[in-house]
Amino acid sequence: MTHRALPGGRAASAPLLGHGTEPTLFELSVPGRAAFQLRTTGVPATPLSQLVPTEHLNPVVVDIAEVSERDLVAHFTRLSHRQFSVDLGMYPLGSCTMKYNPKFCDAVAADPGFNSVHPGAPAELTQGWLELLVELEQRLCAVTGMSAATLQPAAGAAGELTGLLLMRAYHTANGEARNRILIPDSAHGTNPASVTLGGYQVTTIPSNDRGLVDLEALKAALGPDVAGIMLTNPNTLGLFEEEITEMAAAVHDVGGLLYYDGANLNAILGVVRPGDMGFDIVHMNLHKTFATPHGGGGPGAGPVAVAERLVDFLPGPKAARLADGTFDWVKPARSIGRVHGWHGNAMVLARALAYINVHGGDGLTRVAQHAVLNANWLRQRLEATLPAAYDRVCMHECVLTASPLKAKYGVKGLDVAKALLEEGFHSPTVYFPLIVDEALMFEPTETESLQTLEALAAAVERIAQRAIDDPDSLHRAPQSTPVSRVDEARAARHLIPTEDAANR
Amino acid sequence: MGDYLPHTPDEVAEMLSFLGMDSFEQLFEHIPSAVRLSQGLGLPDGLSEPDVAADFARLTSANRAKASDMTCFAGGGVYDHEVPAVVEMLAGRSEFVTAYTPYQPEVAQGVLQAIFEYQTLVARLSGLPIPNASLYDAATGLVEGLNMATGATGRDKMVISAGVHPHWRAVAATFARGTGHEIVEVPLKDGVTDWASVDASGAAAIVASYPNYLGVMEDMTIAKQLAVANEALFILGADPVAAGVLKTAGQWGADVFVGEGQPFGTPLAFGGPFLGLFACTHDQVRRLPGRIVGETVDSNDRRSFVTTLRAREQDIRREKATSNICSNQTLMAVTAAIQLGWLGTKGLREVATRCAQGAHYLYEEILKIDGVSPVSTQPFFREFAVRLDKDASVVLSDMANNGVLGGLSVAALCGGDDPSIEGDVNGVLLVTVTERRTKEEIDHYVDALRKAVS
Repeated sequence: MTHRALPGGRAASAPLLGHGTEPTLFELSVPGRAAFQLRTTGVPATPLSQLVPTEHLNPVVVDIAEVSERDLVAHFTRLSHRQFSVDLGMYPLGSCTMKYNPKFCDAVAADPGFNSVHPGAPAELTQGWLELLVELEQRLCAVTGMSAATLQPAAGAAGELTGLLLMRAYHTANGEARNRILIPDSAHGTNPASVTLGGYQVTTIPSNDRGLVDLEALKAALGPDVAGIMLTNPNTLGLFEEEITEMAAAVHDVGGLLYYDGANLNAILGVVRPGDMGFDIVHMNLHKTFATPHGGGGPGAGPVAVAERLVDFLPGPKAARLADGTFDWVKPARSIGRVHGWHGNAMVLARALAYINVHGGDGLTRVAQHAVLNANWLRQRLEATLPAAYDRVCMHECVLTASPLKAKYGVKGLDVAKALLEEGFHSPTVYFPLIVDEALMFEPTETESLQTLEALAAAVERIAQRAIDDPDSLHRAPQSTPVSRVDEARAARHLIPTEDAANR
Repeated sequence: MGDYLPHTPDEVAEMLSFLGMDSFEQLFEHIPSAVRLSQGLGLPDGLSEPDVAADFARLTSANRAKASDMTCFAGGGVYDHEVPAVVEMLAGRSEFVTAYTPYQPEVAQGVLQAIFEYQTLVARLSGLPIPNASLYDAATGLVEGLNMATGATGRDKMVISAGVHPHWRAVAATFARGTGHEIVEVPLKDGVTDWASVDASGAAAIVASYPNYLGVMEDMTIAKQLAVANEALFILGADPVAAGVLKTAGQWGADVFVGEGQPFGTPLAFGGPFLGLFACTHDQVRRLPGRIVGETVDSNDRRSFVTTLRAREQDIRREKATSNICSNQTLMAVTAAIQLGWLGTKGLREVATRCAQGAHYLYEEILKIDGVSPVSTQPFFREFAVRLDKDASVVLSDMANNGVLGGLSVAALCGGDDPSIEGDVNGVLLVTVTERRTKEEIDHYVDALRKAVS
């Protein structure tokens, strides 16, 4: 082991702190302790029993927890030490685009001038917010080559469902009742789940031996009952659908619409736009492409941009610039209605606009270039250890396979992924897409350095050597993390979702 | 000019050379030239962070409704509660903020345990045993509840009280375009749901709000009876702060609880990201939308937490999944756990009580003003509606000039007439008071309103 400084993306401190268990908040609770402090208001302290009829009062005191502020801080700080994060190290999670989240963008959104504004305040009192939303909509349309966008959907899956409802509204307005949506077999699981909620049926299109949509199979599946197709391009194998114009023409010929799943938009910023490829509807994952932090699983934001012929159907009300230069809420003429309780995940939207404006058109193009460079470098670097499922130039991510390790040493993709946790890296995406055996999908993103990539490759090589020397140790990995492999079957068989179900 | 790329030009050249290339262009050669962008994105060039900050300062100064300029009496499911530094700082720890979904539990025990604690609190406040790990907001929580009802009953008819927040109802109507739900809205009479006025037969769900969005505490016995009589699910949207002292959804017999979790540590934030609270009975666990965290042990028999019952979810079940949700609002759920930890058993009751005290004090004072009358004579908790002789939006505009965000125009909230309001909606103002409002601020409100309506 050399003593060179570890590159930024490798977590020297993983294994993280804390191999013992941390008590729950409820185990820390001591009756009579309290941390809260409230304002002195001078409001008459009328007893609750005089304000609320007895039949509405809960006869039982709901137990929360009773801890001191010091205990609260220690508890959640310790929990944070049992958690991997982008700030700690690299997350080469394919399809998830876990890039570095610039602190500046967080700071912008945290400004009380944005975050202390009530969403129901009249438009005349929230002109700054409305202008921000209008500007972001314009920027997102420029990036995707579309005409207008809704910023309401709270995440990618919400964007998908919104897009499908837009399709439905469009076809219905044309007097057509179409009922099928085509989806490639490599698609994200949210696509078919959204299709069902959109009231459509899924027709799956197989991939060909190059990992791309089989154009002939697609054409064979088309018909007047097809509402549209949902595509990710580059697809979930990290490969660009090179026959996209032919696919678009074929779908449009039968009156269908093309939906672009923007999960992989990071690969093509400033290189090619969904609108120019023939797509009619695009959702974006701002928490991926535009680097808003993922928060341990959310919040995200999933704006949907559309081509001219769908603009009137967009959710509303949406922020608009009026002729006199002021801003107001406007409902599109044939709007499908609201898809969010308010205006979408506004703070995420503010972060994304800050990110876009720092980068500008030139910076966003560099993002895609470096993301694709990193993925290809890693693919090539690991060629001898984990071969690519489809051996050619990829986009921002590469799908590798552990099937040789499994065949020779009984070491599965999951074992490799778990062993990487011991090496100070988060695992890649495992067993997705479903069409690749022992898939390990790496997406390094543009914000990791050559040194980090080299450290990751070296770690994979050490794991491959362990597969030869001591494969059993990989089945047991990881051991140096806060916990080792968990008993998932037991969790599902005997569900304990709360402290009260745990019978402590 | 700005970016966050670590590569030096020499490294880029070295990496390209490793691939047998000498330009970025070669990486994209396989993309058909017919669709390639020839001229760039047409966006302005990048700026430095301080330059962008200067531009954003222009925007924040145009937000007149911000806390430094205006005292907030607006509610409608979004409330200006105390968020102490300790909660902001803990919830802002980058281990929570920049983590991904906890799919690798060995390195995600921090988020998983925090969600487990959050789930425990949601279960206690709802009185229902099966919480999930969060949804986008209360509106999408309602939609998921309706989908659950269809799954449970095989029926599509949704009987929804107009006392449910107008935006939640609007979102439910939008998604009904896809699911084919038939929505029957039940009007309010004197601020209370007039269940007898509609035909609930064949309903999949009976949906109500407690208190309703006008602040009124309705007796939920009738809604429950209606659900039982029609073998429908009873979905109750409840104010989670009020739940600190009022009967829980479970005590009213609800099968599903949905709520807006923003009051637990999340700022007003112009409406998002917020927090969709969700819990249900044991009977519905296989139909639960989204993630749920469960306790288990690791291979060394240490207590561990993991996302469980995964076979319901979209990445495994695809078109047969119970929901399409993937990203949720975990950070807000973690924040809620921290905020509730800070409040504790006593603090939550204290906040709920002070909200009710403030609202009732303001209500008494407000009704002394000529041209202000009650919308409902029924008991309310922390929010109430009044009818003004003038258009509410005009009054709000006037009050804003006196530094008061005077509430919400119900006409604006509903987008016009609504079955929740009898008679003209334009004069109806929805007002709330939180524990942060002093008597002095409330008295100032009364003066500002008096001037505005005179």
